[in-house]
Amino acid sequence: MSQRNLSQLRIGEKGIIAGFKDTILALKLLEMGCLPGTEIRLTAIAPLGDPICLQVGDYILSLRLDEAAVVELQ
Amino acid sequence: MADTPIIALVGNPNCGKTTLFNALTGLRQKTGNFPGVTVDRKAGLTRLDKNTDATVVDLPGTYSLYPKSLDEQVVLDVLANPSSKDYPDVVVVVADASNLKRNLLLFSQVADLGFHTILALNMVDVAEAHGLTLDPELLSTRLGVPVVLINAKSAEGLDNLKFTIKGELLEHAERPKPTMQFESVSKDFLEEVKEKFGVNNSYLAMLMAGQAEKLRFLTLEHRSQLQDITQRHSFQHTNFQAKETVDRYALLGKIADAAVRKKDGELKETFTTRLDKILLHPVWGYAVFFGILFLIFQSIFSLAEYPMDWIDTGMASLNEWVKSVLPDGMLTSLLTDGLLAGIGGVVVFIPQIAFLFVFISLLEESGYMARVMVLMDKLMRSVGLNGRSVVPLISSVACAVPAIMGTRTIQSWKDRLITIMVTPLMSCSARLPIFTIMIGLVVPDRTILGVFNLQGFALMALYLLGFVSALLSAWVMKKILKVKERSFFIMEMPVFQLPRLDHVALSVYNAVKAFVLEAGKVIVAISIVLWVLASYGPGDSFEKAEEKVKTENPTLSEQDLSNAISSAQLEASYAGRFGHWIEPVIRPLGYDWKIGIALLTSFAAREVFVGTMSTIYSLGGDDDTNTVKDKMRTEINPETGEPRFTPAVAFSLLIFYVFAMMCISTLATTYRETKSWFYPAVQFAYMTGIAYVAAWLTYQALQ
Repeated sequence: MSQRNLSQLRIGEKGIIAGFKDTILALKLLEMGCLPGTEIRLTAIAPLGDPICLQVGDYILSLRLDEAAVVELQ
Repeated sequence: MADTPIIALVGNPNCGKTTLFNALTGLRQKTGNFPGVTVDRKAGLTRLDKNTDATVVDLPGTYSLYPKSLDEQVVLDVLANPSSKDYPDVVVVVADASNLKRNLLLFSQVADLGFHTILALNMVDVAEAHGLTLDPELLSTRLGVPVVLINAKSAEGLDNLKFTIKGELLEHAERPKPTMQFESVSKDFLEEVKEKFGVNNSYLAMLMAGQAEKLRFLTLEHRSQLQDITQRHSFQHTNFQAKETVDRYALLGKIADAAVRKKDGELKETFTTRLDKILLHPVWGYAVFFGILFLIFQSIFSLAEYPMDWIDTGMASLNEWVKSVLPDGMLTSLLTDGLLAGIGGVVVFIPQIAFLFVFISLLEESGYMARVMVLMDKLMRSVGLNGRSVVPLISSVACAVPAIMGTRTIQSWKDRLITIMVTPLMSCSARLPIFTIMIGLVVPDRTILGVFNLQGFALMALYLLGFVSALLSAWVMKKILKVKERSFFIMEMPVFQLPRLDHVALSVYNAVKAFVLEAGKVIVAISIVLWVLASYGPGDSFEKAEEKVKTENPTLSEQDLSNAISSAQLEASYAGRFGHWIEPVIRPLGYDWKIGIALLTSFAAREVFVGTMSTIYSLGGDDDTNTVKDKMRTEINPETGEPRFTPAVAFSLLIFYVFAMMCISTLATTYRETKSWFYPAVQFAYMTGIAYVAAWLTYQALQ
């Protein structure tokens, strides 16, 4: 089975960040607190299925599905 | 003032930086700040104590000193450039206490640049609601800088903050010690950059080396020298940046964990996540969004009507009173028909513009705007825009100038360019006066379905027309622009909060002030010029016009005769000739030469239209009716004997103004933001082209 990524979470489900498949997005996500080892939880999905909202630490981050697909989960 | 110390406010987006800025400077802000996110520096004065004033500079929110969009770039421009006019003496890093770890990243970067740095912990109340307790003393010792607790919303802790700023301004105040040693970087490399550019600070040298192409204050030659050095030492800046971020988080995470105590137990669902369930719901989400929009347009029309009526009749009676006390003559006419008519055209729209800005700043302040971006991103993407385009589009309902500047938060150039190009299609507040008058003339003031005002409905339809055509134009441009560029959304969702009424009031005050002063200046100036052009004609054309009317209408009563004369004289004036000259072009749209004059004068600024109408009909019409609307209602089309403003003409004008690009300020802003005359030229051509065709179709269909 291929590795799960952030875009495959269901609402309320948690995951732990393992790494990133894209350097540019990784830099952006790192400085926003999405470090490897951080727990992340899907809190909401926009009406049209995209973007999604995620709880990271103490705040909510919104990502498009293709951006979330870059984040690999443990 | 050159001798006042400069205090820079830096922080993550949504940390309350601008709220603090407002609290510190109040009405002493140097520019009229429109609502919306800060995308450029804002400055204002604050009083530190009886003898010391300081300039406070509010910088756009950013997560690090590695900018990814133009607004974030401003922070680097100021902090990395000691010769910048905003280069601060003290930096206050505003941090959201409920999210300390992430906020500390930017803090530590700023401190490593060697600034006198103060950490201002904001939103402590939110943190406490999340079950977090903070230990500011411990934080201060571990970070080596003063830490101040503030509540920017209620202005608590400001005295303490000012006191701490004064302390940092003292000559012997210590600078923070660097938190990071760059062991992974070769010493030679670091030394070479430092030496070449006369930089003492190691972190500044690293920032410069990593982002040579982004440092706008360096000359091209310097930039290529920098790139040369980094190449020779094979410095990998993405690796460095990633390592720096991870290392800083590791270090700061320990400090934050020690300084923040978290109450045990599973975090209960916060108010924000519960509200998000409704606001992002497939059905309720859109229902709430359109409900809010509907409410805005209904109230702009029905609530603002009362104060507008008072102002309108007030101005009319003032005009009448001035006419009755001053002797008849040219000067009185200039004062009343020229100046007062023009001013009246400006002030009457203050209530509507105030209402509009109340709603926009409520949406901004509450945090709802971010939800709208999420709601709309997918839709926006399908037409070549971005969820972030929503904010420029919505704030363009107020004014396209700050809206176009607001596109700086969009990271992809293509998304940003398309947003800039279509934003002026959203109906701005300057179109509101025209809409109001025209709708008032032809749409009955009736209530339908019990509660909805028909005129408010028509107004909303016009705004929707602007919105839909913006989307369609974006889609067309997406098809034309074949650039493949990655587009990003990635955004923090702010927590919901109750808007502070005084902040809403401040932004309304600033907006109204900007409208009255900026638009007012233009309108009054054009009104006076117009009065001159409409009161004089070449040679003895005025006398001839009078003679002609007298000989052709020997039986008219004195009152009717004088009306007929003034109308003939207007036609013979310079302005009248001007109108006649353009008439062939606009006749297919249903307009006559009088409307032609208004089209010409409003070419540079559409808000001039109503003022022009009021001046033209004051000079050319009878004196019994005084408000602009009444004058336009009683205007007769001499060819048909019917009222001039038939529904066909009025709707044709409405449609014309929905599309027409009649605003020099917007074109200038597009030029400034795209750095090319090509884009404003295209913008002007395509919008005016659509306007002409659409108005023509409307008139032909309704006639």
